[in-house]
Amino acid sequence: MAITMHVDIVSAEEAIYSGPAEMLVASAENGDIGILPHHSPLLTMLKPGEVRVVKIGGEPEYYYVSGGMLEVLPHTVTVLADTAMRADSVDEAAAIRAKNEAQQALKDYSSAVDYARAQAELAEAVGQLQTIQRMRKKYGR
Amino acid sequence: MASGKEIRGQIRSVKNTQKITRAMEMVAASKMRKAQDRMSASRPYAQRLRAVAQHISQASPEYHHAYLEEREVKRVGFVVVTSDRGLCGGLNNNLFKLLLGELKRWHDQGVEIDFCPIGQKASMFFRRFGGKVLAQATQLGDAPGIDDVIGVVKVMLDAYDNGEIDRLYVVHNEFVNTMTQKPTVSQLLPVVAEEPDAELSRHPWDYIYEQDAKELLSQILARYIESQVYQGVVENIACEQAARMVAMKSASDNAGNIIEDLQLAYNKARQAAITQELSEIVAGAAAV
Repeated sequence: MAITMHVDIVSAEEAIYSGPAEMLVASAENGDIGILPHHSPLLTMLKPGEVRVVKIGGEPEYYYVSGGMLEVLPHTVTVLADTAMRADSVDEAAAIRAKNEAQQALKDYSSAVDYARAQAELAEAVGQLQTIQRMRKKYGR
Repeated sequence: MASGKEIRGQIRSVKNTQKITRAMEMVAASKMRKAQDRMSASRPYAQRLRAVAQHISQASPEYHHAYLEEREVKRVGFVVVTSDRGLCGGLNNNLFKLLLGELKRWHDQGVEIDFCPIGQKASMFFRRFGGKVLAQATQLGDAPGIDDVIGVVKVMLDAYDNGEIDRLYVVHNEFVNTMTQKPTVSQLLPVVAEEPDAELSRHPWDYIYEQDAKELLSQILARYIESQVYQGVVENIACEQAARMVAMKSASDNAGNIIEDLQLAYNKARQAAITQELSEIVAGAAAV
């Protein structure tokens, strides 16, 4: 029997593949790399492209990833695939959007948290809920 | 005593309310199932990434990344995940209660706090009670993608990079089961090694880095933080739907009880009216 390693391909929103494999080929930043069992620990980013997993018996299976990361440990290989479009400019735009939203929503905020008021109002809300529960228990409803 | 017609009107209106709460209960139940599926679908990524981050923090790298270094705490950041909508029992209130305790603790130590609300309820909370909000994301819907949290996480990471905050926490509800949701606080930055892998920590080792270690680690750790926040958001949605389902179920039950009581009152009123009419007729007949 051939020597195998454990391969996991996962994306942020779902698990794509998990199982033993004889070899894995992926397109890393600096060119395609093939990983065999007992490879030294390696960490690299992946370019958009295909990931080929050679399963036991030599049968290949192909997956497309739009970028991500590859972690290699002696007995396990993990491909962390990206699902979102990733580029610095895109990330920057998203960050600016998030900031703007905060500024718009909180035009007249004060930067000090009003602990006393927050606590008082929360206690009231929690108290109301507890009272309702107690009443329900008491009247058997 | 209220007249029969009035009571009938009341019964009708309570019945309508009950219809609505029952529909909401069923919608929440089906949404909860989907949210749970999504939660378990995205869990492997978060776990694997967490493992990678753990390995990195355990390795003896040539380069020490700022995300792995503990530094003196002068300001902390909190990412607060809540639901967008209400009518879900004490879910958000319990979370805020826990948060306030944490805030108070930092406040007493003279540490200042920055916030990043995710969800309408958190945003409203800070609008009412104050707090320095750096970024926010609301209206994520039932099926948020990872790109929905990239922006806010980047703002917080930038703040950390620039030394504006020295620690980052995320607060969200943990899905224990349908009846129980537990608000939790977990530390995102600096990344802490929790359970050291015995085999890996036996002797010093390091990865081979294909490119610049600094660049690589920044990207990996940023994705790690994103996935942790995303996981929090997804889990919180499952919690929200579960809490709403339970709240709406008890609302429907309560409506049922009220209808019963009203029905009884209505029957009594009707009987009384009939009796009165009869006695009037009898009295009238006797007078003739």
